[in-house]
Parts: sequence; C-alpha cells; structure tokens
Amino acid sequence: MMKEILIILFSSLGALFILVAAIGILRMPDFYLRQSVTVKAATMGAGFILIASAFYFYEFSTTTKALSVIFFLFVTAPVSGHMICRSAYFSGTPLWEDSVLDDLHGKFDAKNEILKSGLEEEIKEKDQ
Amino acid sequence: MSVEQYLTYIIMPILALSVLLVFIRFFKGPAVVDRVVALDLTISIGVAIIAVYSMIANNSAFLDDAMILALIAFLGTVAFAYYLAVRVKK
Repeated sequence: MMKEILIILFSSLGALFILVAAIGILRMPDFYLRQSVTVKAATMGAGFILIASAFYFYEFSTTTKALSVIFFLFVTAPVSGHMICRSAYFSGTPLWEDSVLDDLHGKFDAKNEILKSGLEEEIKEKDQ
Repeated sequence: MSVEQYLTYIIMPILALSVLLVFIRFFKGPAVVDRVVALDLTISIGVAIIAVYSMIANNSAFLDDAMILALIAFLGTVAFAYYLAVRVKK
C-alpha cells in the first residue's frame, strides 16, 4: 500500500513538472526564458518519474539503473543548456524587449570572437 | 483503481499533451536555437514516457533505452551548438 502511494505521488509530481515545462516553452516570450524552462523543470520531472519507476520495481538492479539515468540527466542538462545559450547569444538571438539586464552587452566582439570581462582597465591600473 | 490504470489513464495523457505543446513550439520557433531546445525537451519527455511505459508493461529492460536516449539528446544538442557557433564565425 505504501509503495503504491509513493509511486502515485512521484509520478504525479513528475507529470506536473513536465506539463509546466511544456506550457512554459510554448508561452515564454524569449529564447533564453524558454531555455531555462527546459533545463530546470523538465529535468526535474523526468527525475521524479524515474524515482517512481525505481519504487515500482523495487530491485537493486533497477534502482541503480534509474539512479544512473537521473545522474546522467542532471549532469548533462546544464552543460548542453549552457552551450546552446552561448551559441544563441553569439549568433545574435534577440532578448525580450522588456528584459531589464543584459550583462554581456557591448563586451563581445563578434568579428574577432573576443569576449571581454569589462574589467580590463582596472587590471591595467593594478599592473602599473 | 490500480497503479497501472492510474499511469495509463492519467499520467500518460498528461505526458502526451506536453509533447504536443512542445511540438507546436517546434513548428513555430522563430530561430534555429528554439527548435533545438524544443527537440531537447521532446527527448527529455521521451525519457519520462519510456519510464512510465516500463512500469505499465512491467518490464525493467526499457530503462536501458531511456539511458541511451538521454545520451543521444546530450550529444545532439552539443553538436547543434558547435555547428551554430561555427556558422556564426564564417
């Protein structure tokens, strides 16, 4: 009985997170907001559903399998999200017009592929 | 209502609806990167669907497929990001 309750709880939570991620990717106004939805909510939802499957089979071999899939998802999702966001920003994908902050504005030289930190002058002063 | 019925009649339709919503973004997506992200999210939901299906079918061998699919999603996104960056450079 306890096992069924746990399975239903975790699979419902996971499905809810995934539904929120799908609505978010459809409704968000801007590529970067959509990207954040994908990386966080969907990975969380898939993790919850895999935990539910680990409870369902309740064997050592299956639990390690499910945990390795979760570990893999949690390690790779931020890496791929960062890479696609980086190439999107450098290829000139526009931000939402109501965005407040763009930290990289004016610091990237697209012609020569140089990314400045904005602290170059301070460092020069320190060196002298 | 057993667990299998709950998974079949409530969880699976929610996941199918999510895939449908993501596919709308996949067809609309103004830039290439939007489509790449939609594809990535589709595959993440695919991993969840495989896990639910392995519970419905009571067969734990399907979880191996979920692992391979997660690997392919990562490789695909990284390759897309790399080639988009190369295209910008030219």
